[in-house]
Amino acid sequence: MERVKALIALEDGRTFPCTSFTGTGETSGEVVFNTSMSGYQEILTDPSYRGQMVTMTYPLIGNYGVNPEDVESDRIQVSALLIKEYQEFPSNFRATESLADYLKKQGVLGVENFDTRALTRHIRKTGAMRAFISTIDLNPASLIEKARAIPSMTGQDLVKEVTTSSPYFWENGKPVWIKKGELEDGSDIWKSKGTRFSVVAFDFGIKYNILRCLEAEGCEVLVVPATFSLDKIRSYQPDGIFLSNGPGDPEPLTYAIESAKSLIGQYPIFGICLGNQILGLALGGRTFKLKFGHRGGNQPVKNLKTGTVEITSQNHGFAVDTDSMIGKNIELTHINLNDNTFEGFQHKEYPLFAVQYHPEAAPGPHDAHYLFKNFIKMMKKWSSV
Amino acid sequence: MPKRSDLKKILIIGAGPIIISQGCEFDYSGTQACKALREEGFEVVLINSNPATIMTDPEMAEATYIEPITPQMVEKIIQKERPDALLPTLGGQTGLNTAIAVAKMGVLEKYNVEMIGASIEAINKAEDRDLFRKAMNKINLRIPESGIASTMEEVREIAEVIGFPIIVRPSFTLGGTGGGVAYNKEDLEVMAKAGLDASLITQIMLEESVLGWKEYELEVMRDHRDNVVIICSIENMDPMGIHTGDSITVAPIQTLTDREYQIMRDASIAIIREIGVDTGGSNVQFAVNPKNGEMIVVEMNPRVSRSSALASKATGFPIAKIAAKLAVGYTLDEISNDITGETLASFEPTLDYCVVKIPRFTFEKFPETEDYLTTSMKSVGETMAIGRTFKEALQKGIRSLEIGRHGLGSDGKDHADLFQGPPSESEIIKKLATPNSQRLFYLREAFLANIPMDIIYERTMIDPWFLNQINQIVELEKKISRCKTEKIISDELLFQAKAYGFSDIQLAHLTNRTAKDILNQRNKARIKPVYKLVDTCAAEFKASTPYYYSTYEMECEARISDKKKVMILGSGPNRIGQGIEFDYCCVHASFALREEGVESIMVNSNPETVSTDYDTSDKLYFEPLTQEDVLHIIEKEKPDGVIVQFGGQTPLNLSVPLHKAGVPILGTQPESIDRAEDRKLFQAMLKKLRLVQPDNGTATDAEEAADIAEEIGYPVIVRPSYVLGGRAMKIVYNRIELENFARIAIDASPGHPILIDKFLEEAIELDVDAISDGTTTIIGGIMEHIEEAGIHSGDSACILPPVNVEQKLLDEVAAATKAMAAELNIIGLMNVQYAIKDGRLYVIEVNPRASRTIPFVSKATGIPLAKLATKVMLGKSLQELGFTKEVVTSHISVKEAVLPFDRFPDVDSLLGPEMKSTGEVMGIDKDFGSAFAKAQLGARQNLPVEGTVFISVQNKDKQAVLSVAEQFFHLGFRIVATNGTSRFLEENHIQNIKINKVSIGRPHVVDAITNGEIQLIINTGTGDEPRNDGYLIRRAALKYSIPYTTTIAGAMAICKGITAMKKMEMTVKTIQEYHI
Repeated sequence: MERVKALIALEDGRTFPCTSFTGTGETSGEVVFNTSMSGYQEILTDPSYRGQMVTMTYPLIGNYGVNPEDVESDRIQVSALLIKEYQEFPSNFRATESLADYLKKQGVLGVENFDTRALTRHIRKTGAMRAFISTIDLNPASLIEKARAIPSMTGQDLVKEVTTSSPYFWENGKPVWIKKGELEDGSDIWKSKGTRFSVVAFDFGIKYNILRCLEAEGCEVLVVPATFSLDKIRSYQPDGIFLSNGPGDPEPLTYAIESAKSLIGQYPIFGICLGNQILGLALGGRTFKLKFGHRGGNQPVKNLKTGTVEITSQNHGFAVDTDSMIGKNIELTHINLNDNTFEGFQHKEYPLFAVQYHPEAAPGPHDAHYLFKNFIKMMKKWSSV
Repeated sequence: MPKRSDLKKILIIGAGPIIISQGCEFDYSGTQACKALREEGFEVVLINSNPATIMTDPEMAEATYIEPITPQMVEKIIQKERPDALLPTLGGQTGLNTAIAVAKMGVLEKYNVEMIGASIEAINKAEDRDLFRKAMNKINLRIPESGIASTMEEVREIAEVIGFPIIVRPSFTLGGTGGGVAYNKEDLEVMAKAGLDASLITQIMLEESVLGWKEYELEVMRDHRDNVVIICSIENMDPMGIHTGDSITVAPIQTLTDREYQIMRDASIAIIREIGVDTGGSNVQFAVNPKNGEMIVVEMNPRVSRSSALASKATGFPIAKIAAKLAVGYTLDEISNDITGETLASFEPTLDYCVVKIPRFTFEKFPETEDYLTTSMKSVGETMAIGRTFKEALQKGIRSLEIGRHGLGSDGKDHADLFQGPPSESEIIKKLATPNSQRLFYLREAFLANIPMDIIYERTMIDPWFLNQINQIVELEKKISRCKTEKIISDELLFQAKAYGFSDIQLAHLTNRTAKDILNQRNKARIKPVYKLVDTCAAEFKASTPYYYSTYEMECEARISDKKKVMILGSGPNRIGQGIEFDYCCVHASFALREEGVESIMVNSNPETVSTDYDTSDKLYFEPLTQEDVLHIIEKEKPDGVIVQFGGQTPLNLSVPLHKAGVPILGTQPESIDRAEDRKLFQAMLKKLRLVQPDNGTATDAEEAADIAEEIGYPVIVRPSYVLGGRAMKIVYNRIELENFARIAIDASPGHPILIDKFLEEAIELDVDAISDGTTTIIGGIMEHIEEAGIHSGDSACILPPVNVEQKLLDEVAAATKAMAAELNIIGLMNVQYAIKDGRLYVIEVNPRASRTIPFVSKATGIPLAKLATKVMLGKSLQELGFTKEVVTSHISVKEAVLPFDRFPDVDSLLGPEMKSTGEVMGIDKDFGSAFAKAQLGARQNLPVEGTVFISVQNKDKQAVLSVAEQFFHLGFRIVATNGTSRFLEENHIQNIKINKVSIGRPHVVDAITNGEIQLIINTGTGDEPRNDGYLIRRAALKYSIPYTTTIAGAMAICKGITAMKKMEMTVKTIQEYHI
């Protein structure tokens, strides 16, 4: 396997010489780290990582190759994968391809052979930051300049890069695209009205496993672009609305916040991750950027209603400010036990709840899967009223 | 919910002596639990028969009973102490089984003691195969199909259901003998029949074969709020079919996708809930079909285990400590994570390194047993290594094993170096296909021989991921050896090699240079290890506990203080001859340093120990104990001194190179160590002090050895120099024996002369531990061996204080010991072995270091010798420390060895000069008989108080056995004896019944043993003729767990023990009471 010299440069001037295991290339983004020991393929394809290069803290990556099933979107989303030692001989009964080939085919840079723990510690101390990687330009000064020229995460609308361009139904574990003109106004768009709950899911960068979970729990899901018309949605008379995860800063997503404001109280709503933040903003709360975010599969979240602890999968750089939600007629339902940040709430009056973490896992523990069942219960209750 | 306020006093059952499959990991977990409970203000009552444990230190519990772990003793303790609760999950299988027995006797109910941690129901559900199967089926999980058969008809019926291949496992056999894999009906007929015969209860289990499936383990914890977390995932490199204790294992799991891992995680959570372990940790084992990912549950241990100790060390998460806190009512989110200090225990540790555990075997001590690994555990210890890659961790692990290898081969000790050429392809294939302790090295040979990967996989069923890792090491080895001709290795390649875990010795061998050359180049190019933290969280949070491992990377995280600091070198993996006793001493050194306000730095590679607990010392370096690795740490830390006298032979062997490198050695100096170990210097010293040793000489070949033996007269003891535990040591009675054995001894320690000593037949042997501050020497304890000289001191039972030695001789012993301590400038501990024959004192050997008996002596006398010795090494005088007089106790303490013969098919259980025991127990009481009986009970020798004793002794023992026989007769025992012994007893008017030897015809003595007609066996022999009558009797004794002795001295002691048992009921007393 060809290995090419590469250099990572951070905006604060620190550089890490490394090696590319996917050939030559250049890329930029915000560098973050993820502490999951497995699940690199799901992480690579998670749209919430748009604009970011991900460092895996577990040093050996590629062990089990890649397969056609463990994908969270239709492509690799990260701008680069940063690891300690690439495993070029994958072994797993489901593996169909090596990780390097997978990355190469989609033109995504993978680098290895450097002190990823040093990088992680650096980010922990100084915060997530912009970075530039190149195999072509190995000049530290020039690369640092390039890193500084990248636009900051804060204030950027990254959702528009990942949201679907047109609506689709999620059927039997995959998207079924809707032909132009097929989806006009009216509630007869649902195939299983009455037997399944009809859910409209806003795609801000939705992970496939959310859709798999919703389908498995008995939902018929229509996935719509982030800016989809509310009138049309109303005409479909859905049983519930889902606000998905997605990349970056929620604040610039004014269209999504406005949509949420109009839908709150009208339909049962469930939000995950970015969806949670959008709902928080829609209810008049504030969001802020975490120093280096929560990314991993071992984050303890306390369910304040039951007193039990869930080990959760997380991936977010922004969070809802708990204080800002005081007096917003909501009940804080979940908090992070590591740093006590806002992890979930439900509305005291309206059928609405959301969590900051990922109950759909993929990768990560299944402890919070019950939330999908709660969504079903909420829709059931609402439809009977 | 905070801790329970209704509990005040909690009883913990320890695991007893170290045996194969139950090692010192249970001292680690027990110690953590005791500390955790006392921290919470509970009163802890403890029973453990093993004196070499930290948990039995008087400071660890309110009431410590060093008593045999039997249900009866536990009942007595409960009756006396009236604890509120019993915590049964920390003492291994012994703790669990004893707790169940106590519960079944109705004791818990009677005294209103609550079982906490795991209920009887939960334990039964996990341990009973049928209940377990039902429980698993209920939660839609599968365990291997199996059935129990007692007849061939049942065998055939069950086989019909399971389908082939089938694993045949006889119930109740020794070391898993008589089992196998049946691939067809014909195989099954033969194997099942043999299995039924081998089983003590004519019963076999037939089980669906999952041989070759991938094996995984998850460590799970649950609190009473039903929060469940996974602490660690482990993948076995060796597939199903090899006991996990004998497998090379890796943390975390390497070859499962997240989807598959989460299925396994969900399953373990479902299992701990279904089994009903309310609080604490469990270990769940899975097998996964490599072809399609099908997962089955292999077993579940509802307690802390060897794997949980490994998981604790691998992750930094203290499972036993947390388990204890959960048992008294805390929930995971109420307990803080010590390592980060800012997060809670309710999370799942994540690793940013790779951990490899490698078992340490001891087949060389049991040459009659084939080096072959099965589902019955054989290893006696293990080592763990941490690296940023698997390759680095694997090679570090190999050199941590201390088996003379410096990495994965290419160290001058490969087949090619020892036998003029690499092994043949057929030999390699054979070694791959039958799992054995050397298989790892044959994997390397296989790649060097260009055997295709798929063939290697087929033969080993080791996952290709691991095989590729090994191949990568081999490929780099080949690349480096291409530098041989130019003797130059580029800095870049050198760095890569170090990152792959290659040691300087390997690199020197590969490039035809010296290790010094390699080090010089590294110094110049600044290729040095950095130290990273084990922090439970992959650097997401700042860690406060300094637990380090080395790797070759950019950033070093070692926080070097400017305090006064001392480094303690540990004893590495447990092995026969170097076990928990040395770890005990190292831990005490650490405690003493803390008391003196000196920073303690522990270096060790054994995950089972208390010394590698992150809070035992101020700093922990989990590293191989080799010159290269240790010197790197010293270079970084610059300690004010290094303690080498506590970790057994491992650090002692490093003392000279460290000293040469300018490292200050604390206490006794290397020159003195050399004076004690070097024969000539030692003789000169004895001469000077007018002390005598048995006549002796050294030889470099068999011829010379024979000459010396003629001169000093047979019998003689022959042994190699520079080995511990009596490796390749034997008493020989004539020239032929001598020449045969001399060759073996020369091979055992190549390049060193062999030692020949006059063997003092029937001498009394004494072991003395003493402490000296350079001016004053105080005797710590004098122990009299029960078995005569010639039996390794580690295998011999001993009494403290001596009962058969007159005071004049004891005074002489004390004087000699003090004289030698002064002459050798001992600062710290010293151990001397003496023999007394015909009223004369002989010095056998002097060890200028902590001995195996230090913990026993400390427990017997109440004097913490290792702690005192540490303080002495720091410059305190014994006067200042208040230890100015030998403590002679009025109670009697007996130490008994615990032997692993039942694990090794075909091995004779005779004792000799080569040490074979894995552990020890202690019995304390006011008289010898009671103390000895307790020691026997603790060692699982269930001495009878009535019945039949069988006696068969060799001619030289006949006279001596008379009084033994007489006493047994008076105690009301029936005596049966074989022909010669019977006639001799008859002649001396001792009534007995003659019984046939096996070689004479049936019915014979083994028939009688099998039929339960014999309750005690006295059988002496030389063990020279293989498979003779004596051998068959001794194996039968092992098989049917009949108490036995192979020495007259042992028989006499048993007699006294039984007399005491008949006279009165045994009582229990705490060591705190003994030492007020």
